Amino acid sequence: MGNQIVVPFGPQHPVLPEPIHLDLVLEDERVVEAVPTIGYVHRGLEKLVEKRDYKDYVLIAERICGICSFTHSVTYCNAIERIMGIEVPARAQFIRTIWMEYSRMHSHLLWLGLTADAMGFENLFMNAWRLREEILDDMEATTGGRVIQGSCKVGGIRRDISDDKLGEMVDHLKKIRPLLEESNRIFTHDQTVRHRMRGLGVLSKEDAWDLGAVGPTARGSGCDMDVRSSGYSAYGELGFKPVVFTHGDCLDRCLVRSEEVLAAVDLVERAVAKMPDGPIEEKVKGNPDGEYFAFSEQPRGECMHYIKANGKKNIVRHRVRTPTLTNIPPLVKMLEGIEMADVPVVVLTIDPCIGCAER
Amino acid sequence: MQIFTMTKRALANLVGKPATLMYPATPAKQYEISRGHVIIAIEDCIYCGNCQRHCVSQAIVVDREARTWEIDRLRCIICGVCAEVCPKDCIFMEPDYPPSTTGTAMEFVQGPPAPPKAEKKPKAEE
Amino acid sequence: MIEQKHTITEIAVTDLLKKTGECHEKGHRLVQIGCTPLGDCYEINYTFTTSWDFESLRITVNDGDKIPSISGIYWGAFIYENEIHDLFGLTVTDINVDFQGHLIETRIPSPFKNAPPVTKVKKGGDA
Ligand code: SF4
Ligand code: SF4
Repeated sequence: MGNQIVVPFGPQHPVLPEPIHLDLVLEDERVVEAVPTIGYVHRGLEKLVEKRDYKDYVLIAERICGICSFTHSVTYCNAIERIMGIEVPARAQFIRTIWMEYSRMHSHLLWLGLTADAMGFENLFMNAWRLREEILDDMEATTGGRVIQGSCKVGGIRRDISDDKLGEMVDHLKKIRPLLEESNRIFTHDQTVRHRMRGLGVLSKEDAWDLGAVGPTARGSGCDMDVRSSGYSAYGELGFKPVVFTHGDCLDRCLVRSEEVLAAVDLVERAVAKMPDGPIEEKVKGNPDGEYFAFSEQPRGECMHYIKANGKKNIVRHRVRTPTLTNIPPLVKMLEGIEMADVPVVVLTIDPCIGCAER
Repeated sequence: MQIFTMTKRALANLVGKPATLMYPATPAKQYEISRGHVIIAIEDCIYCGNCQRHCVSQAIVVDREARTWEIDRLRCIICGVCAEVCPKDCIFMEPDYPPSTTGTAMEFVQGPPAPPKAEKKPKAEE
Repeated sequence: MIEQKHTITEIAVTDLLKKTGECHEKGHRLVQIGCTPLGDCYEINYTFTTSWDFESLRITVNDGDKIPSISGIYWGAFIYENEIHDLFGLTVTDINVDFQGHLIETRIPSPFKNAPPVTKVKKGGDA
């Protein structure tokens, strides 16, 4: 039994892109306990809803996270549309789905790059980010923004994509698909990656379920849990199947994401093939009155927007439960018993986004 | 064969163009609808203040009396709502980004004096 | 568009632990705990689910009331309960990992209850 020491880890750390602070209780090199602290980037966006028109707030909801931005705005809009009983036109639903899948691709590629970087695999990092750039180009060409799209609004979307452009997007995706598969192959088969991540930070299926893990963290542990299967937006019509791996270690969480990139490419192709014609927005009149819990699957996992409104133009309460917040207890469990040197990689595999955890 | 995959990639990287652009020597990629910065055609503005009310980051100040329109570029999040709500469609989104700055970036636009006709008309109607 | 179902049950604070235990036995996972300030009282929603039919238990508490922690049943609940304590200043008793108000470090204690004074920033910022 060695001496116990406490090592503060973060909020500024070379490999951590996010300001999370962990107090690691170490016994020799082994972590016995990890105590997380957040609160370095609290922006009070939930509170701001009381000061802004609910229609303009979509843009602020989008800025809760810089990566899952579009999904946040869609979830917020879903909640408001449900309260007010607005039926969103089918074309808008499909285009929203396409953009959501694009943001999933770019988020996962970003994360895969960051993980490669944390392992010291710089080539893979560059490769993943180069592919991400191609996705972002299409995103900017259709929405006008690279990561903040600003294209969703209550009742529909603000910009349409022409059918020609949709065709071009599919062609482009076809072209980069082999490259995505190649980088996928590296994550699956490369010795370096396997050696670094196999069997590390294991989270059993029972723990994942019980501690409330969501998203790739849960799916890497064998929980078949993906809000997209409930069929919100257009997912119900696209024959969606979640990607599930069973080992529950860092490598499987990583593989879930790299497989999901390809799954997202498929979803976009199917959505474009089924794209209906018609209007892209519904007129919105009046103010919301009621409450609704809207769920959606972000790149990082299940996200919830709870809205309570009382018929005024400002909403009473907007609560956002982001995937990172609920992934912190599983993270604490994963960290127990691993080596100090592995902590950064394990923290990265839940894809922490502290900015959205604190709103 | 592992070694051949690697050789292919290494050759492609050697011969191919770099994936990055030499910004700012080469301009950044832009698309027609890229949101870069907001401009106003002040001649058409009727100083209704719609843009000021809907701006989520409160970057715009419109003064009806002094006929001015003012924007704080550092506050503006380039969302494009002002362009959407303007009844005269006199706000536009330009695709290029404003230059970087270390100080403030207020932009003050003084509108032309009110045409005498427009001033008289409402009075005549009253 | 298929909708996610949601049932909300209003319960008394004293029933909370019993009802949560029942949910746990049914194999539900904890989705979230969220607090809504309603002027003079607070509504707290505990959301559980097994599939996409969500169930919420709702309790209504006043300032100064003690809320029993469900972290004995759901280990991961500490994160939400500490958050409620830090942001709204409500007391949650017996949390398994009690941060004593240090999970979210705020300069003003419980900023969602006592609205912090607004400092006007000059146009153009202070850059
Ligand atoms: S683009 Fe958005 S933030 Fe900028 S001035 Fe217009 S409304 Fe305000
Ligand atoms: S909304 Fe348009 S017309 Fe009205 S004040 Fe703004 S720029 Fe002028």
